[in-house]
Amino acid sequence: MDMQNIENQFTEFKSQLDALKKKVPEDKCSLVVFSGDLDKVLASFVIATGAVAMGMDAVMFFTFWGTPMLRDKAKSVGGKDIMSKMFGTMLPKGTTETKLSKMNMGGMGTAMMKSLMKKKNVASLEQMLAMAEELGVRIFVCEMSMDLMGFKREEMIDYKNIEFCGVAKFLEEAASSKVQLFI
Amino acid sequence: MSNDIKVDKVFDLKGLPCPMPVVKVSKGIKEVEIGQVIEAQSTDPGSLTDFPAWARTSGNEILKTEQDDDVIRFYIKRNA
Repeated sequence: MDMQNIENQFTEFKSQLDALKKKVPEDKCSLVVFSGDLDKVLASFVIATGAVAMGMDAVMFFTFWGTPMLRDKAKSVGGKDIMSKMFGTMLPKGTTETKLSKMNMGGMGTAMMKSLMKKKNVASLEQMLAMAEELGVRIFVCEMSMDLMGFKREEMIDYKNIEFCGVAKFLEEAASSKVQLFI
Repeated sequence: MSNDIKVDKVFDLKGLPCPMPVVKVSKGIKEVEIGQVIEAQSTDPGSLTDFPAWARTSGNEILKTEQDDDVIRFYIKRNA
């Protein structure tokens, strides 16, 4: 076999290896946060920050009921129609307004759980969000949910790695992740 | 405190529940050089399974685990 032949084979192997590399999942954890419940979102943040501690990348996709709590309580935007205004007021604005998925009991259960969390040193959603930002957890927000509920980008929280996307972005990240969860 | 291990930095994680002990230790271990040893003190019983899992995944080594009353002490060598 002459030199040229070996070189050709080598280039071919290299391109095959590159193609293969793209198919191997990375050390990454992709979460879909569909729920807007305090308990479920807390679990999502525990997993995301834990993943970074384990040396993985963490990506969170907030969709449907998960989107309203990413609004900034201090921000408000005008120019909304009646339906959007209605959704805007009825849904939790910011992490502080989220409720437990069970035993809410008109807000009493949530208040009790929050005071228990404080007593036992469990990080609040606000602290978890700040921790996630510090650790470089990326947050993606579903554009369709935002549009459906009438939320605008200008009213969302200030977060270093926040982006707005559709399902293709989630699937791209999920396909290259070793861990994918839907919460 | 273990006598036979030289500790370069101590992390007091007492009173912190999941996921904080692992999150803090993963950040904290970067404060020492590779080959140096940290001591992590935790009161979270889950740490007993969590720390070895974290060490295996992150490529660091737990040299010794001590438990007295409520406090668990991990001596961890930074390998990665």
